[in-house]
Amino acid sequence: MEAVIQTNDLTRHFGDIVAVDALSLEIQRGEIFGLLGHNGAGKTTTVRLMNGVLNPTSGNVRVLGLSPVEQGAELRRRTGVLTETPALYEALSARANLTLFAEIYNLPKADVAQRVESMLAQFNLADRADEKVGGFSKGMKQRLALSRAFLHEPELLFLDEPTSGLDPIAARQVNDSILHASRDERRTVVLATHNLRDAQQMCDRVAVLEHGRLVALGKPAELARELVQARTVLFHVELSQAAQAEATLQDYAESVSTDDAGGALTAQGLVYDRIPDAVHALAIAGIRVYQVSPQEPTLEDVYFTLHQVDTEAS
Amino acid sequence: MNWRAIFALVRKDLSIVRQSKAVMIPIIMVPVILVVVLPLGASLLLGNEAMMADFTDDMAVFFDNLPESIRDEIAPYQSESQQALYLLLVYQFAPLFLIVPLMMANVIAADSFVGERERKTLEALIHTPATDFEIYASKLLTAWIPALIVTLAGSVLYGLVVNVAAYPIIERVFFPTALWVVLIVWVAPAAAGLGLAAMVLVSSRVNTFQEAYQLSGLVVLPVVFLLVGQFAGLLYLSPALLIVGGLVLWGIDGALLWYGARSFQRGELIARL
Ligand SMILES: Nc1ncnc2c1ncn2[C@@H]1O[C@H](COP(=O)(O)OP(=O)(O)OP(=O)(O)O)[C@@H](O)[C@H]1O
Ligand SMILES: [Mg+2]
Repeated sequence: MEAVIQTNDLTRHFGDIVAVDALSLEIQRGEIFGLLGHNGAGKTTTVRLMNGVLNPTSGNVRVLGLSPVEQGAELRRRTGVLTETPALYEALSARANLTLFAEIYNLPKADVAQRVESMLAQFNLADRADEKVGGFSKGMKQRLALSRAFLHEPELLFLDEPTSGLDPIAARQVNDSILHASRDERRTVVLATHNLRDAQQMCDRVAVLEHGRLVALGKPAELARELVQARTVLFHVELSQAAQAEATLQDYAESVSTDDAGGALTAQGLVYDRIPDAVHALAIAGIRVYQVSPQEPTLEDVYFTLHQVDTEAS
Repeated sequence: MNWRAIFALVRKDLSIVRQSKAVMIPIIMVPVILVVVLPLGASLLLGNEAMMADFTDDMAVFFDNLPESIRDEIAPYQSESQQALYLLLVYQFAPLFLIVPLMMANVIAADSFVGERERKTLEALIHTPATDFEIYASKLLTAWIPALIVTLAGSVLYGLVVNVAAYPIIERVFFPTALWVVLIVWVAPAAAGLGLAAMVLVSSRVNTFQEAYQLSGLVVLPVVFLLVGQFAGLLYLSPALLIVGGLVLWGIDGALLWYGARSFQRGELIARL
């Protein structure tokens, strides 16, 4: 394993606000690494610090073996960024936007036109390539901005909310492009997102930030298992005993509901370690249990669990 | 220095500027007024004797204090009208001409420095390998190059207009004079530099193109000072004065633009986005 990004107590203040607070983590080559957290948690600031466009107040960061603070230009030749707002030149055509960046990245002159063409094609913009970007829909702008991030084939991609505002099909296409870049082209991707389902499906690991602090780090499924104790559990019991089962389960779960047909119960907020106890209690009460299925917790559960802990603490 | 990136950025900025009415209207109108309308109007009006008499009365202080060198310069012109018109077109209008480079550079720089921030396109640029200085230099060139081209074209046009329109009175081709050659080649580019520098200073303190443009419009003050000074007979332009004045201006430009370069840092820029 090779760390592409390493941060050590990375901190950035804006006046009294601590946007990123003593962040320490490592991101490995080829990973899709998710940055999660509420609005203002510090995701965008983290990306800016990692790409050397903002200097840390304290702490260290190394990216691709370089110091973003001192070797920013060299680093940025090898990174591609999708910024939070597409930041496109609306008075220029899609092609002119990409050509400009191809020249800034100093792609060989002979390759520019062809590379721009292939990006336009890959992101479904070829037939509108010579129109001014100002007239594009939000999704088209987002795709163009994304193609600009991919243009110079960077080994490290920073993508700040790539699917925000996209329709489901466009979002799927964007996610496919990201997966392709990672799985097939071995690029490393740092993905800041609010879309927890995407993060769960796509990210190898995620970091959850809260007010600039790292509050969780790991594989989505592992995090979920570790952090989310309260589960949703489905029970199938003998039809005639449903009401009795519901009463018994009330002692173990936050809420219990019975479906219309009667035999299936859903217990919410049942702590994982107490599932055997609940089953035991049902058995003691003479209830015939046919099936017990705890639901796998999702990143969404992780997120809300963390958030709950935080609001209770503060 | 990646010149390819710099020129790509200059081309980009220019093609955006060309589409902006807020920029194009002043940079077309101001030269047209100063280089065509004003000298043409003056030459035609002063063909009328009563007007000419009024004019020479108004300019009495200016005429009375003429230094020796200017007296020698206008000696070949016999009539008072010839002398008066010559002095107007060559001396009085000279400071006004400097408004062309000053304003051109100023407005274009307003769009390129502040407009880019206002349109929120700077962030993508800042994430590229283009260095702070390359981005800064591209913005200076974006404003400076067209300012010089328009100034040069404007001076050719001015020469045509005054030689032709004033011909009925002055009866010879008299333009350009040594004074104007120094003005065009040496002072005007420095004046463009001042227009730029003023915008660079202002740009970090304002958020919109309009604000920037209005605030840095104050750079025409030195021109007003020259204009009024001459009108009141306090100072007279001469090639020597322009050479020295130009030198001072270049010095000021250099200092301000150097300061601007030092403060043009992406970390600072992005924190203000
Ligand atoms: N340039 C700045 N000046 C002042 N405060 C800033 C600046 N940039 C960020 N902040 C503050 O730092 C904190 C982190 O902001 P950041 O943009 O990194 O959050 P984020 O996680 O990207 O949020 P979002 O999900 O809304 O994009 C916020 O409190 C924000 O207000
Ligand atoms: Mg953000």
